[in-house]
Amino acid sequence: MSDTNEPYLQIRGVTKMFGDFTALKDVSLEIFEGEFVCFLGPSGCGKTTLLRAIAGLDIQTSGSVEQGGKDISNLPPSERDFGIVFQSYALFPNLSISRNVGYGLENRKAPKAEINARVSELLELVGMPEQGEKYPAQLSGGQQQRVALARALATKPGLLLLDEPLSALDAKVRVHLRHEIKQLQHKLGVTTIMVTHDQEEALTMADRIVVMNEGSIDQVGTPLEIYRRPTSPFVADFVGTMNFLKATVTTSDSIRIGDADIGLESALDDMATGSSVTVCIRPEDVIVRDIESETDNIIDTVVVDLEFLGSFYRAMLKLNDQKGSILLADFSINLVRDIGIEEGKSIQVCLPARRLRIFSDSEGEP
Amino acid sequence: MFIKMKSFKISKLIATTAALAFVASVGFKAHAETLTVYTAVEAEDLKKYASRFNEDHPDIEIKWVRDSTGIVTAKLLAEKNNPKADIVWGLAATSLMLLGNEGMLEPYSPKGVEKLDPKFRDSANPTSWTGMDAWVASICVNTVEAAKYSLPTPTKWRDLLNPVYKGHVIMPNPNSSGTGFLDVSSWLQLFGEGGGWTFMDGLHENIARYTHSGSKPCKLAASGEIPIGISFAFRGAKSKAKGAPLDIIIPEEGIGWDMEATAIIKGTPNMKAAMTLADWSISRKANEMYNEGYAVVAMPGVAKAVEFFPPEVATKMIDNDFAWAAQNRKRILAEWQGRYDSKSDPK
Amino acid sequence: MSDVALPVTAGIAVIKPKLSRDDRIMRGFIVMVGVWMVIAVLLPLYFMLSKSAEDHDGNFIGLANFQEYFSTPALFYSIENSFFIAIVSTIITITLAFQFAYALTRSTMPGKGLFKTIALIPILAPSLLPAISFVYFFGQQGIIKELLLGNEIYGPIGIIMGEVFYTFPHALMILITALSTADGRLYEAALSLRASRVKIFFTVTLPGIKYGLISAVFVVFTLVITDFGIPKVIGGQFNVLATDIYKQVIGQQNFEMGAVVSVVLLIPAVLAFIVDRIVQRKQVALLTARAVPYEAKPARGFDTVMFVYSAIIGFLILAILGMAIYASFVTFWPYNMAFSLNNYDFDVMDGGGWDSFSNSITMALYTAVIGTTIIFTGAYMVEKAKGFGAVRGSIQFLCILPMAVPGMVLGLAYIFFFNHPDNPLNFIYGTMAILVICTITHFYTVSHMTAMTALKQMDPEFEAVSASLKVPFFKTFIQVTVPVCLPAILDISIYLFVNAMTTVSAVIFLYSTETNLASVAALNMDDAGDVAPAAAMCVMIVFVSATVRIFHAIFTRGMARRSQLWRQR
Repeated sequence: MSDTNEPYLQIRGVTKMFGDFTALKDVSLEIFEGEFVCFLGPSGCGKTTLLRAIAGLDIQTSGSVEQGGKDISNLPPSERDFGIVFQSYALFPNLSISRNVGYGLENRKAPKAEINARVSELLELVGMPEQGEKYPAQLSGGQQQRVALARALATKPGLLLLDEPLSALDAKVRVHLRHEIKQLQHKLGVTTIMVTHDQEEALTMADRIVVMNEGSIDQVGTPLEIYRRPTSPFVADFVGTMNFLKATVTTSDSIRIGDADIGLESALDDMATGSSVTVCIRPEDVIVRDIESETDNIIDTVVVDLEFLGSFYRAMLKLNDQKGSILLADFSINLVRDIGIEEGKSIQVCLPARRLRIFSDSEGEP
Repeated sequence: MFIKMKSFKISKLIATTAALAFVASVGFKAHAETLTVYTAVEAEDLKKYASRFNEDHPDIEIKWVRDSTGIVTAKLLAEKNNPKADIVWGLAATSLMLLGNEGMLEPYSPKGVEKLDPKFRDSANPTSWTGMDAWVASICVNTVEAAKYSLPTPTKWRDLLNPVYKGHVIMPNPNSSGTGFLDVSSWLQLFGEGGGWTFMDGLHENIARYTHSGSKPCKLAASGEIPIGISFAFRGAKSKAKGAPLDIIIPEEGIGWDMEATAIIKGTPNMKAAMTLADWSISRKANEMYNEGYAVVAMPGVAKAVEFFPPEVATKMIDNDFAWAAQNRKRILAEWQGRYDSKSDPK
Repeated sequence: MSDVALPVTAGIAVIKPKLSRDDRIMRGFIVMVGVWMVIAVLLPLYFMLSKSAEDHDGNFIGLANFQEYFSTPALFYSIENSFFIAIVSTIITITLAFQFAYALTRSTMPGKGLFKTIALIPILAPSLLPAISFVYFFGQQGIIKELLLGNEIYGPIGIIMGEVFYTFPHALMILITALSTADGRLYEAALSLRASRVKIFFTVTLPGIKYGLISAVFVVFTLVITDFGIPKVIGGQFNVLATDIYKQVIGQQNFEMGAVVSVVLLIPAVLAFIVDRIVQRKQVALLTARAVPYEAKPARGFDTVMFVYSAIIGFLILAILGMAIYASFVTFWPYNMAFSLNNYDFDVMDGGGWDSFSNSITMALYTAVIGTTIIFTGAYMVEKAKGFGAVRGSIQFLCILPMAVPGMVLGLAYIFFFNHPDNPLNFIYGTMAILVICTITHFYTVSHMTAMTALKQMDPEFEAVSASLKVPFFKTFIQVTVPVCLPAILDISIYLFVNAMTTVSAVIFLYSTETNLASVAALNMDDAGDVAPAAAMCVMIVFVSATVRIFHAIFTRGMARRSQLWRQR
């Protein structure tokens, strides 16, 4: 992302209390110039609180925030350098689109012609030329959010904050707009933080994702890292669909699910033989075709349900353990047709070692 | 050159303005002194009083603060620690005595005070207040309404005890009305303490209701809202002049009265102007002016008959003991309130 | 949670946010509103309370005055009288207003708009107007006095009739709101279960408007028990608390006893206020959960009954107003029934003449302009400022407190406070300023709540956006908040204007000869027996209030048209 090692935004030990309630617990984070970072987590996890602390809208109880090498920990929003877009758009309803976009510029006493030029440029940028004379109420939700984006960018802030910007929009518009925002951010290179509870949004848009839970950061990583190598059951569960299976440690690099022995890619540290663990695997990583060549990690299952999800089938596979655990597996339409998978049929599946994540049960259930 | 001309113009303008301001200030000087005068004189007479005074003293401007007797008295008492009035011209003497008891009046004997009827001035020397004119009780009878109910015309206070008048008489509440209080205090003086209350007990039987204001009973009688209103003669004469079918009765036993009087408020910063007004207020000219509305005035030998005003008024006025009335005011009102001002006690 | 948090806060320095200029300005303004409220409400009330425990010379005598009060039957019987009047008037008003509101919201009768307009007319009139009209209807020379079957109009009958006229629109507005927020689905469900109209009424309608009904009851009760104009004009020998305060202060100059009666009157008013606040809070919760609005369906029989009922009520209201207008033009009732303008010749009468009329307009304008500015800006600061929680909370409380203070009590409290010789604000006593301050304070609460409602509907992030764009909040306040809230701002100003025109109770103790007011003049003219001129003055007040209202309606409509581009949803 950036060729310098200095982070653009440095958050150290930020804690935020609302009365007795701790909304943020000792959060530290570095964000680099030009990065697109998503704060992802369920509602109440503290992601918006962190964003508002960065903006100075709700200043943290303790801890520091540095932006561009300057300590801004206690500064009010008006003395910080950011643009912000809210879920509600927060467009001024009585001002035209042009005046909304130019609102921050007017106050800087820029010449009128300059403002007009900048406003047209911005409207062009967000794909809304010639709409300047309209009022917010005459626009669709998606259009209003573009205007809000243009307004936030008008004063060329060093940091763009997006607080659930797409949540109020229809599914189709949402998909379309997230692509556009990403494009725009890429083009302008503005450091951007977006808060979202939608993991798909985070995965598609972010350079790095910050997964938050109960006021703390659980994991920071690229979308692929977060998806492929979740470091906690919570992240594993929150991002994407995940199977959680009970298992027992048999050796330092193998475990047992029911009566099947499963080998692991690398040795387990700190887990005693005989202790119980949770094994995670994504449904799409469960392999059924060409498993004759594999000798390891084969497990016997019975198809109890087959759900058609358009581009693929999701199968509910019952394991052969005492509890009758269920394993979800995604099979392509071709595969289902070729192998003749159907309800009631017994099939063998492979759980590839490199796709398995193991969590000791002391790490807790997701 | 141009600039010079302009600056010349400006300096000329300044000079002119200064001159004008000077002239104006001198002009205002002639009218500089303003007196804040509290009064209960009838609203329609205020302009006349001020302009007659200004005929002789154009340099003193009168700023009137006018309200009914009760309210002006209340106002003056409320402002006791921080008086706004310079002088009171035209308030009930009993009210002024009340203020005197509170130490609010500046003793000053106006020039010529000895020419006033002794009844119409404070007995102390120097005087704290001087009278202007008498304000006498009377009964207003609406002849049309009385005929409708076949009511005989009363000639005495005691006639009003006749049960035929039940529900046909209205009088002012002495708690709020100066006229009401002078009625009650006069009955107590005429009939004695015991006899007075017995009389009022009987009268109460016939009273339809008590009004807050002293002029209202006569106005109600004038408009036919009630056949008989106990009020004061001045109001009756005015209503009669407007064409109301009224008889103004002066009861034979004698009538209670109070006087409108003048007093300087202690601590006034405009003492000199206040003294000038106090002097003028007892002059012959002023007394002649009072006589245009009131039949009995403070200076003997001035009074002439007033239209619609019963001529026998002066002879029927009781020998009112104002000091006694002022001193016992609180007790009398409490007694009256206990007896009549309660739904629980209709007797 | 706190186990984790405590060491954190204990060990690491807590950030002290630096205040921006916006924050400082907002806090400054909040403190100003607080100071205003303390000066305009708290201190006067404190002075009044302490006065009630003092003797004539200002010595503290504890509850002796109260002892005297409760041992004087003439005084404490007024408590019973006041409650009697308030309870009976409330029952009648609520019954009549409920049926009227029901007709307006639940029937499809024609002329709803007209009926509603007529029903709201009494708001434009001072409360003495119905009392004066009733004198001409039922007094000794009244045109239909026979209808009273020999009973006196001067007394409880007259007071109750007057109060019903005066409080009717207040109850009506609350009940219309309550009835129109009903959930239509409940009615559909009830109908599909074949419930009868009566059954639906008791099982769906009544429970649905429960809170609105309770609120209306307490509003009417408070209005009646604190009203002064009607009992003053038509009360006769029937004493109530509000007239007692007047008698004690004006008639007997007994300020201490006036303060005692004020305290006695303050108690039911405060209680009613507290109940109303609790109910209002519950009603808000009910409203947010509401669903499909109810739509009335035509039903010929029911609609006819409702139409006839509404027509009768409408006729009565117009008749009462019409009688005041008619009587004001009669030369000398009943002896000279020819029309003339004699009664409008205010300058030769007690009460302050035409000056009092122009004073009233001046006072109403000042009150509307200054009051709206202070109230709306204050509400904005209290709602939008950050931090400062305790101060904002207490000021919020102070802003709703005036509603609990009856006008007579407020006025008397102002005498004690502002006329105190040691008060540096003493100079405003007897000026227009004190009338304006008193009137703004008297009507602060409703205006404040209107402003709060409008502000809560604004996007809460406008200020955050402005700050991020480095635009000072007051620019956004002027360019966005005020234009968007303009309908509410105009509502507040018209409310203040009309009330300033019609109010009597609070200002009766505070006007001076130069600042006499039309409503007070009407009262004093009636007091002096000039009943017809008093009617004339009331008519002038109604005329001004109605004119301003009509202009407001036209302006609002024009504004709606101009702003429909951005106001459409």
